[in-house]
Amino acid sequence: MSLIHEIAFLLNGSPIRVSVPVTMTVLEMLRGPLNMTGTKLGCGEGECGACSVLVDGQSMNSCILLAVECDGREITSIEGLAADPGTAGLRRAFVDAGAVQCGFCTPGMVIQGKYLLDAEAGGDRAAISRGLEGNLCRCTGYQKVIDAIEQAIVSKAGAGDD
Amino acid sequence: MTEKPESPQSLIGQRIPKRDAPEKVNGRARYVHDINLPGQLVGKILRTDRVHARIIAIDVSAARALPGVHAVITAADAPDQAIGVTRDNPPLKSDRVRCERDEIAAVAAETEELADAALALIRVEYEDLPVLLDAAVARDSGALLIHDDKPGNIALEFDYEHGDVVQGEAESDVVVEDCFSLHYVTHACMGVSGVIADFDDITGNLTLYSNTQVPFLHKREFAEVLEMDPNRIRIIQPTIGGGFGSKLDIYPFEPICVYLARTAGRPVKLVFSRAEEFVASPTRQPAQVRLRSGCRRDGRLTFRKVDMLLDNGGYTSWGATTPMVMMQTFSSLYRVPHCLYHSAAVYTNNPYAGSFRGYGNLQATFAVEGHMEKLAEAIGMDPLEFRLCNAQEPGEVSGQGMHFRSCGFKECLRTAAERSDYQAQRQQNIERRDEGPIRRGVGMASMLHVGGGAKIYPSDGCGTILKLDDFGHVTILTGASEIGQGSETVLSQLVCEELGLPLSAVTVVNNDTDITPWDVGVHASRTTFIAGNAAIGAARLAKEKILSAAAIVTGYSSEQLELRAGGIVLREDDTTLMMLDRLLRSMHFKDKADLVITNYYYEPPSVHQDSQHKGDVSAAYAWATQVVEVEVDTETGVVRLLKCTAAHDVGRVINRLGIEGQIEGGIVMGQGYALSEDLMIQGGHCQNPGFRDYKLITAPEVPLMDISFVETMDGEGPRGAKGVGEAPAICVAAAVANAIENATGVRINQLPFTPENVYRALRAAAEDSAT
Repeated sequence: MSLIHEIAFLLNGSPIRVSVPVTMTVLEMLRGPLNMTGTKLGCGEGECGACSVLVDGQSMNSCILLAVECDGREITSIEGLAADPGTAGLRRAFVDAGAVQCGFCTPGMVIQGKYLLDAEAGGDRAAISRGLEGNLCRCTGYQKVIDAIEQAIVSKAGAGDD
Repeated sequence: MTEKPESPQSLIGQRIPKRDAPEKVNGRARYVHDINLPGQLVGKILRTDRVHARIIAIDVSAARALPGVHAVITAADAPDQAIGVTRDNPPLKSDRVRCERDEIAAVAAETEELADAALALIRVEYEDLPVLLDAAVARDSGALLIHDDKPGNIALEFDYEHGDVVQGEAESDVVVEDCFSLHYVTHACMGVSGVIADFDDITGNLTLYSNTQVPFLHKREFAEVLEMDPNRIRIIQPTIGGGFGSKLDIYPFEPICVYLARTAGRPVKLVFSRAEEFVASPTRQPAQVRLRSGCRRDGRLTFRKVDMLLDNGGYTSWGATTPMVMMQTFSSLYRVPHCLYHSAAVYTNNPYAGSFRGYGNLQATFAVEGHMEKLAEAIGMDPLEFRLCNAQEPGEVSGQGMHFRSCGFKECLRTAAERSDYQAQRQQNIERRDEGPIRRGVGMASMLHVGGGAKIYPSDGCGTILKLDDFGHVTILTGASEIGQGSETVLSQLVCEELGLPLSAVTVVNNDTDITPWDVGVHASRTTFIAGNAAIGAARLAKEKILSAAAIVTGYSSEQLELRAGGIVLREDDTTLMMLDRLLRSMHFKDKADLVITNYYYEPPSVHQDSQHKGDVSAAYAWATQVVEVEVDTETGVVRLLKCTAAHDVGRVINRLGIEGQIEGGIVMGQGYALSEDLMIQGGHCQNPGFRDYKLITAPEVPLMDISFVETMDGEGPRGAKGVGEAPAICVAAAVANAIENATGVRINQLPFTPENVYRALRAAAEDSAT
């Protein structure tokens, strides 16, 4: 069996074909050969959430997800969200709510926010904070991250009423 | 609260989103981890697996022979220089290892895999030495010396005294004595430590991409340890993934990375793994505190006597100097007529401590505020009344010589107590102690911290250069470092407020020692105060220059003119006479061109401590009181923090959004110190180097936070502001200890309050009372 596999998947909406070692994680693939450094390595063992990406809409820790497992799937990284006007409200909410300090956990937080927004987990703060349990932040005390996602959920619901 | 209204257009006190937030939210901020230079190699360090041993031999021949490996270095390949506060720490160890993290050798290779393979080929032969893990034992005469030139294994001692504690004790109606024990925690910044060293092979100049919090001090220190001309060193700070004091000292990985780059002749990037970050970055200073103090029946404190033993670990970093801050809390948080303080930092084979948000004050406050409650109890006085009776007031000069020009301490005490209904809750909780296993408790603690810089180095200042271009755009070149705390935003607000410009008219340049003016670094809660005053100074000079030119053009005197909304405005009727950009163009392109570039250096009017550690070291002091509400499960020992009511004397709020973020984040960091974080060191080895076992607070555990700002409008502060960065983390653990006592009747003087520790303490107390 070859130790290099060719995989094809959708990355931020565009089809991509890439050869990867079977041991390479999605995070290593993004930050290495694909040269996309928005997704962060915080711990490398799936504990901190800084490396979160969406895989078929599910939030996952890309540091413990092998790239070969993404064959045929759809991956969205922070670069994808940044280019998506549909997430402008969420990203704006992070800025306006003061949810960012050193910012190292922020891309993962925004990914998780997008997941919670789409999952319609409900806008209440308890549900949001449970949804953020896997994303560590050392600066903000989480309060303003929760505020940001709550605001985004509220304004999305408001937009839906129109 | 004396909030003075500004004009409706004022930027001061508004909720201003951080300038760097959009790039961070969009994943575009570049941290050192994200930067790759052409030809860059991967640097890695071989650390010892012993905590105390002689190095007999190091064999790097096999590693050097590995293709793709461009440098393998040991102490033999590096200058014979040491780093650290007392220069006791050679970056690569030649003859002896003294703690778990010790650096033996380093490699630079083309890939991470090759670097790992090279490390695995290095052979080290050791002869084990007796291991010293207890500071009290290490201090005993006869103990083996960890550094041969440090008798008694003493790294640093501090002594301080005012008044006469013997007289104070004689005047006391009540005397109590307690021991407090403070544990290891670490910064756990989300972005791990890392550095890139890049030599220009034509000029020999070195560029460092560094996370340092003190770029200008490090430039000098790097020059010493590298035996280089400081003029050839340039430090660029990429976006920094958290600091909290961890990047205030040079640590071995930084010079090692430079040696590797020098040897390999190529740029080298050295980034820690998360496990390495836990093992090889500094900790908060652990401490054993013996505290004896007294008061009169009427509540007045009479004396305080403090003896502290600090485990210094294998080498001396900033942790050993935290007593300089600790003693301020013992001597000056309350009015104490007589105070005697001694601390000794003693070498052991444990990890070594650095500076960490609060700089010793969490430890000192934990002891003082626990002790205050015991004194209050001993004389039957309400703890709030007891604190009010002894609290400092505006205008006072403490025994240690600190002058409290602005002081909202009593207002903080009253505000936090009222907003939390402290006294009624406290009484109610005592009455309900018998109602089931789940108890409620409320606890209070207060703090004093520097809020106007701290004069430790020859200068505590900061420079600012303002450059106004012919389009009316302002570039602020400041020495102050942004580490996520929001300094870029605050400095922009202060400059725009002076120049009557929108925030969009400003760019901040703050991360390159070749470009920016000097600053002593981001620490001691000093940036808003010091860099803020420097920015205002430069802006006022620019304003003067602009208004003088405007006076000539408009025919009015400069006193009649004002800068507002991007224009030159006539004060008397608010008419806009001309726009600023047009005036700047005319100044720029007239016969004798006059570019508006100003330069201002702010040095705070503080003084260094004298040889007795007395002196007014800060231009302003910050105060705070926090009241916490906890739930204690007496059957499991689980303590939940439900609410924190915080009242902070911040002088003046500049950016309301930013300051809320600082306080919320600080409270939660304090919560971790109190309840969950515990860097477990056994046999000198870290047992839990990962987030699975080193438990940071997560989102669902965050308490309700009720934050009040006491605005005392400090006379020296920029627009009245004082520093706040460290303050919010300082009181939490002390307040939680008092809340657990309120809930259970049991006082626990040892951190952390993990379920196991609390359960054991409650059981021990129950057994004590049964016998």
